[in-house]
Amino acid sequence: MSETAPRSLRTPLGRVRHLGSARSGTRHFWNQRLTSVANVPLTIALVLIILGLLGRNHAAVVQILGSSFVALTLLLFVVSSIYHMWLGMQVIIEDYVHDETLKIVSLMANTGFCFVVGFAAVFAILKLSFGL
Amino acid sequence: MVEANTSRLKERPLSPHLQIYRPMLTMVMSIVHRLTGAALYFGMLLLVWWLIAAAAGPNAYATVQWFMETLVGRLILFGYTWALIHHMLGGIRHLIWDLGYGFGPAEREWLTVATLVGSVGLTVLLWLVGYLLMGGIR
Repeated sequence: MSETAPRSLRTPLGRVRHLGSARSGTRHFWNQRLTSVANVPLTIALVLIILGLLGRNHAAVVQILGSSFVALTLLLFVVSSIYHMWLGMQVIIEDYVHDETLKIVSLMANTGFCFVVGFAAVFAILKLSFGL
Repeated sequence: MVEANTSRLKERPLSPHLQIYRPMLTMVMSIVHRLTGAALYFGMLLLVWWLIAAAAGPNAYATVQWFMETLVGRLILFGYTWALIHHMLGGIRHLIWDLGYGFGPAEREWLTVATLVGSVGLTVLLWLVGYLLMGGIR
């Protein structure tokens, strides 16, 4: 062991490229599982809600969707699902898009899509609830 | 030493990938899980369209209802239902695997078949209930 021995396990090339741990650990994996567990009862609830809305006219649908319990269930479903699909699509992009520029653009588009779709859904549910 | 081994080394498949393996059910279902996930990603647009239309008023809602009643609309909705149920059951299977259970040769096959049979069965059951008891899409 000489005095110039590296004190880190990172290779000199890795250090120059600044590629390494994102310091987020298993957070991504964990949040994907956390939302997946939440999505099981929420999805069952959504399917039952939609089943109960079949054959009803617009006025009845608005009344049911706007009721506190249904609206809260829908909000939870949307938030948990959007976060889940945001994480999932990120993994798909990272797996298949190898061009660095295209990858960054795709990841941004993924985030943009999820925010737009998510906020649109939340806005619609709140509008149905408060009848604005 | 190195030169002597070169010809033998070249014969080896260096990085076995998808095309090397015979398609197995667990492998196909893993791909289907990702495909249904990606489909549901864009399927969320349908749910949001429906919610926004309901919030916008009777005319916008009538447009969504008209689309859902068309053959294309029904097919998309049926596919959405299956993808949703299949991804949910597949997700539960993955959670079981995450916990360290069900890795035996018979167990993993059984779990995978159950996901497929369960998703198709539940989807058909839901649509039967939807049409016979709730009057279908209208």
